Amino acid sequence: MNSNDNFAPTVGDTTQYVTVIIGEQLFGLPIEQVHDVFVPDNVTSVPLAPIEVAGVLNLRGRIVTAINMRNRLHLEPMPDDQTGMAVGIEYKSESYGLVIDTVGEVLTLANDSKEPNPANLDQRWSQVSGGVHRLDGQLMVILDVNRLLGSMMREPMAA
Amino acid sequence: MDDLLREFLTETNESLDVVDVELVKFEQEPNNAKILDNIFRLVHTIKGTCGFLGLPRLEALAHAAETLMGKFRDGAPVRENSVSLILTSIDRIKEILADLENAEGVEPEGSDEDLISQLDAMSLSAFSEEAGSDTEASEETADDVAASEADEAEQTIERPLRVGEVPLDDLERAFQETAVEVEMPVDAEADVAEEQVAEEKPPEAKTEAAPASKKEDAKDAKAAKKDAADKPKQGASVSNQSIRVNVETLEHLMTMVSELVLTRNQLLEIVRRHEDSEFKVPLQRLSNVTAELQEGVMQTRMQPIGNAWQKLPRVVRDLAQDLDKTIDLEMLGADTELDRQVLEMIKDPLTHMVRNSADHGLETTEGRRAAGKPDKGKITLAAYHEGGHIIIEVKDDGKGLPVDMIKKKVIDNGLSTEAELEKMTDAQIHKFIFAAGFSTAAAVTNVSGRGVGMDVVRNNIELIGGSVDLKSAEGKGTTFIIKIPLTLAIVSTLIVEAGGDRFAIPQLSVVELVRVQNNSEHRIERIKDTPVLRLRNKLLPLMHMSKILGQENPKEVTEAFDEDNGFIVVMQVGSQNFGVVVDAVFHTEEIVVKPMSTMLRNLTMFSGNTILGDGSVIMIIDPNGVASAMASQAGGVLSEEEEESGSETEAAMNSHATTSMLLFSAGSAEPKAVPLSLVTRLEEFEIDKIERSNGRDLVQYRGSLMPLVYVNDTLSLRTEGTQPMLVFSDAGRSMGLVVDQILDIVEDRLNIEVGSDVPGILGSAVIKDKATEIIDLGHFLPQAFEDWFIRKELSEHALTRSLLFVDDSSFFRNMLTPVLKAAGFDVTVCSSASQAFELLENGEKFQVIVSDIEMPEINGFEFCEGIRRDQRFRSTPVIALSSLVTPASIERGRQAGFDDYVAKFDRPGLIASLKDVLSGEMEAAA
Repeated sequence: MNSNDNFAPTVGDTTQYVTVIIGEQLFGLPIEQVHDVFVPDNVTSVPLAPIEVAGVLNLRGRIVTAINMRNRLHLEPMPDDQTGMAVGIEYKSESYGLVIDTVGEVLTLANDSKEPNPANLDQRWSQVSGGVHRLDGQLMVILDVNRLLGSMMREPMAA
Repeated sequence: MDDLLREFLTETNESLDVVDVELVKFEQEPNNAKILDNIFRLVHTIKGTCGFLGLPRLEALAHAAETLMGKFRDGAPVRENSVSLILTSIDRIKEILADLENAEGVEPEGSDEDLISQLDAMSLSAFSEEAGSDTEASEETADDVAASEADEAEQTIERPLRVGEVPLDDLERAFQETAVEVEMPVDAEADVAEEQVAEEKPPEAKTEAAPASKKEDAKDAKAAKKDAADKPKQGASVSNQSIRVNVETLEHLMTMVSELVLTRNQLLEIVRRHEDSEFKVPLQRLSNVTAELQEGVMQTRMQPIGNAWQKLPRVVRDLAQDLDKTIDLEMLGADTELDRQVLEMIKDPLTHMVRNSADHGLETTEGRRAAGKPDKGKITLAAYHEGGHIIIEVKDDGKGLPVDMIKKKVIDNGLSTEAELEKMTDAQIHKFIFAAGFSTAAAVTNVSGRGVGMDVVRNNIELIGGSVDLKSAEGKGTTFIIKIPLTLAIVSTLIVEAGGDRFAIPQLSVVELVRVQNNSEHRIERIKDTPVLRLRNKLLPLMHMSKILGQENPKEVTEAFDEDNGFIVVMQVGSQNFGVVVDAVFHTEEIVVKPMSTMLRNLTMFSGNTILGDGSVIMIIDPNGVASAMASQAGGVLSEEEEESGSETEAAMNSHATTSMLLFSAGSAEPKAVPLSLVTRLEEFEIDKIERSNGRDLVQYRGSLMPLVYVNDTLSLRTEGTQPMLVFSDAGRSMGLVVDQILDIVEDRLNIEVGSDVPGILGSAVIKDKATEIIDLGHFLPQAFEDWFIRKELSEHALTRSLLFVDDSSFFRNMLTPVLKAAGFDVTVCSSASQAFELLENGEKFQVIVSDIEMPEINGFEFCEGIRRDQRFRSTPVIALSSLVTPASIERGRQAGFDDYVAKFDRPGLIASLKDVLSGEMEAAA
């Protein structure tokens, strides 16, 4: 799958990203993939599910599978007093919610400031990253939703 | 495949179903011109469309059939053999269509010359025979006389064709095809238009217009006019009032309405908490509208049950011919509607039941005369609503179920004893026909009587939450009553709590709820750490829901067990009964099942999820998943726990060979062991209950005498108190193995290290760091009943099937071979896959193969793949037997081509699986 096909929101030479923070790292999601941002509330845990699956929840009558992004990216779990936010996305006509720390702003970035993943990036990260943007003072990792969720579908579940 | 072709396939399949029904009607009333017109039009449309879509094979066949029907329309007499021929042609058309669909629009290779020449021959002879005798028809209207005479002269020759001569019809067809070919490039669009016109108008307009005869033209025009007068009225009204909607669209609509209902429930819940809310009135209105909307959408999924009956007249007709009976099929309430999903699922069981009624139920014509009944047998199908359910009755006025014959069969098959049967009512005895492998037909006919049937029917119906019952009076007839739910989309569930989460369990599989308290009659007992419940003299295996679901806090789980207020949900899946311990039981709720997200779909414990009235999401437990978890409790869950706690490889190694063993002492000090799964029950009997008769010790057990067997001679009965024993049961017979003391149940690897020459001992193994003797059950069973293994082989001689059993461990070979033999199989044993290959190569035939997975050199997966590669054995069912039962290994087994995957010590599971694959095979052959 060529992930770059899904990064179409180029207005001229720029792309709009919704930025999110997961464990102090800034990430960006292409804006047209983000359906909503909500507070994950009343999440039903799913026994036997992979550890990345935080559970399922009811978002306006749809059942959404919540993905714990910290677990997905192999980061420390969130402190207990923090509930986090969720970004609603759609993948293969099913709803998923990526549970992240906080949502930032919408950035319009020039495509030429995007760079491929550094060669020494953690393998588990480069699997889900579609590149890196140089911002003032920090870097923003682009989250590739298709690879992020697609790889979870294929992963053999714990036997 | 393009849309046009797809549309054509859907439409044609529908038309063909109608043709089937109409033709059978037509055979009964050959003079009904309206029916004939209908059939003719349908076949004609098929022919026309095929020509247009470039499907020459179909077109030629349809054309030949149409020509013959054209002759009938013109007044040729209708004979049974000609109807049969047309039915055969229609079947062929269906076959081609099915291939066409599979091949994405490419017409299959092949020739229909056989059928076409028969059809042509019959068309030719149709009038020659009729000419003298049946002139009435052709004289019906003065106008037509000239036309039909000309027609006759034109198309009929009274002598056989000479070499080199071509039938007129072929000429005509050749002419037509050429005409079209010329026309196409010139004005393809006109052709399309023409085609569409042809479909709407009476069919004669197009194709028949092409041939030369002016007279025919004139005649057709007349016919067209006549048809036009009465057809369009009804035709137009029907086609204008219905539209075709994609099923997916409907499903989506259904989902959305379900959402609406759930949201409404939420709102109602909120408003209920606020007195005098201004929302109350509008919400009430919303509520009503929603309810109506829900009903309306449900309605769109509904289809008349007549759709499932459509094929039956044809089936009955064919059967009547085969069996040489005359049968009248009456269908009442064909417009009773039910959910299309349910409809699909009862189609086959219904067909089976009707076949059964025709074959077994109804007597032969002589039999009926002798019984003073009318020659014509009658089968009545009736459908009606009753309290949220649909009732379907299949009734025949035949000989009824022969109670004595059933009794005999029941005893022969070891399903029950004579004494038990004596106490039963006729109705109870009748129910035995639903038992697996039961057939009342004395002889196997090609229609039915193969010993598979009613149990499959019952299973299919129960699968959709229905039930089947029967009433029968000997000499008067039998009635089957099927009760099925209106829809599958909404399921009634029991909401329970375990490990802090709520779960929904489908009511269908819940048998009862038991509240356990330490001081009440129901309490949880333990064999080592395995909890069981004594319920009405049966031991019910228990498992805590949290444990099944691998929820954390095992400490909490054990606490919950000891609590006074535990609840046990007694569930039944197939023939398996078990109890699931939950922390709390709330209420029942009707829920709309939503599929799990793709990411979670491989969790076999859940069949879906849903949103409850309070807005939270709840997981729906899949009873089948729980049942298999119970069955492989030792293997599956244990390995899971170990994997969580430690290194995966180590866990895999351990789970490889661990087995639940029951340890006991008998006669000597060293412990003895037997696989727990072979033990039916553990019992203790008062010493004075043990009686001695005919030189052996017996106890009265469940209304019959159970012989006692001693492990060795040194063991003697206690003099007072109670005597513990292991009870082994099989097919209604029980044996008690007397032991001194039951020591423990352990999970351990089973490695027989030292073989044994002592009869009754397989060998010694190290269990719990102690040398332990492993008991050979096969030695003791015949001591209780000499014919333990033999009787079945004799009584089910006809059913004996050859089985190849491959396992490298001699322990399992020794243990399972008697079990398989007892189940009526002719067992051949191999100790390795290569030995098995050799046997197969030498031409040995086996109806089923059971293979171990963990074997040296060639493992079970490779073995199965090897079998599957060989054309000869491709369809032979192969069952995997393994101590390692995990979703991953089951999947691996499925890929290798295994038909089923069974845990090594799950003896009932293995027998059930064998029954399943073999009955599946028999079905396919039927």
